[in-house]
Amino acid sequence: MEIVDKARQGDRRAIARLISLSENEEPGAGEALKMMYPYTGNAHIVGITGPPGSGKSTLTDKLVKELRKRQKTVGILAVDPTSPFTGGAILGDRVRMSDLNLDPGVYIRSMGTRGRLGGLAKATHFAVKILDACGFDYIFIETVGVGQSEVDIVKTADTTIVVTVPGLGDDIQAIKAGILEIGDIFVVNKADRDGANRVVIELEMMLELNPNKPEWDFPIIMTVAPQNKGVMETVDSIIKHYNYLNESGELLRRRRERMRTEIFDLVTQQLTMHLTQKLAREGRFEKELDRVLNKINDPYTLVKSILEETLR
Amino acid sequence: MTEKRIRVLVAKPGLDGHDRGAKVIARALRDAGMEVIYSGLRQTPEQIAAAAVQEDVDVVAMSLLSGAHNHLFPKVVQLLKEKGMDDVLVVGGGVIPDSDIPFLKEKGVSEIFTPGTPTSTVIEFIKNNVKKAVL
Repeated sequence: MEIVDKARQGDRRAIARLISLSENEEPGAGEALKMMYPYTGNAHIVGITGPPGSGKSTLTDKLVKELRKRQKTVGILAVDPTSPFTGGAILGDRVRMSDLNLDPGVYIRSMGTRGRLGGLAKATHFAVKILDACGFDYIFIETVGVGQSEVDIVKTADTTIVVTVPGLGDDIQAIKAGILEIGDIFVVNKADRDGANRVVIELEMMLELNPNKPEWDFPIIMTVAPQNKGVMETVDSIIKHYNYLNESGELLRRRRERMRTEIFDLVTQQLTMHLTQKLAREGRFEKELDRVLNKINDPYTLVKSILEETLR
Repeated sequence: MTEKRIRVLVAKPGLDGHDRGAKVIARALRDAGMEVIYSGLRQTPEQIAAAAVQEDVDVVAMSLLSGAHNHLFPKVVQLLKEKGMDDVLVVGGGVIPDSDIPFLKEKGVSEIFTPGTPTSTVIEFIKNNVKKAVL
């Protein structure tokens, strides 16, 4: 496929088209992804998550600039939420990264979550594969982290950076959000604000209490992104974490888990699509729905019979 | 489950710092179910064209109040063409005198929306004129 060759030679338009094709599940997308798969596995995938307004985009901008100084190429996937009501989205992460627009070693793509639960765009997996096969050294996935989505990102990234800021609440917030289990590197951004030290101490305490503490010593880094404070240290930690993953065998384990999730996700999606289309085609579903609403049938019996019929 | 969306780059070329209008449009397009990428202020035509390519947008919507539209809008159209994005719908808005509109259209800007245009007009125009095969 010509587009795949072009993309692998670094043609921005071809890369962008391929991501759209896979995002929209258009014809040809599957074939392209198959062709690209053998070239994947070389990029270091870094997830950045944290609450809205914690400065993820600005931090990403600075981290990428630091990596560029070190001659590395970077693909950035900036994921923002899609409205569940209209299907529309405002993708505003480029605002903080606009001077990376013209850097030939950087590719930025904004993605809406398009209704998939978990905050990670439906096609993020595909986009990561495409950027990986196109030879980017690093792939950053930036996502609004609220609850479940933070857990989802860890399934896609090799290294997950959790960004927090002072003033969000007490240490109970950190325990309940499940943030601690997913982070490999913790960044306290806007550290020039009051309370930054307290956040660091609370994080340290929480991490010490973590019973399954592996040999990786979780860094907690204070940053002030617009002033570039703590940025070099964060980049060093990202590299150090990758070396640790490689040497400990953890990288292979994580990638195996990631592939497992990815395959299950794809199977689930395609089954759901197959089923929904089948039901719509048969046109019987509306009648069944009427029966349920009129209490002639119940939803659980209907689900069981649909599944039995489909999976037979 | 194929969810194709119209992707729009809302961009602010040039040096004016007024993006209230751009944000109103961005929000209206979002509420019409589009994916809106907002560029931020003070973008060069080169930055806008690069963002349009990377984001693979269907529409570039520019807002400009500085008076430099006759220079900047055609420049963006030209750069998009050079990058092979000749199927992108380009529209503009802002404080633009009626007498400049024919020139801008001749240069490849499909429509100009002046102050007071209802957002529904912009939405309809985009939906009816998107050149790429969307839905």
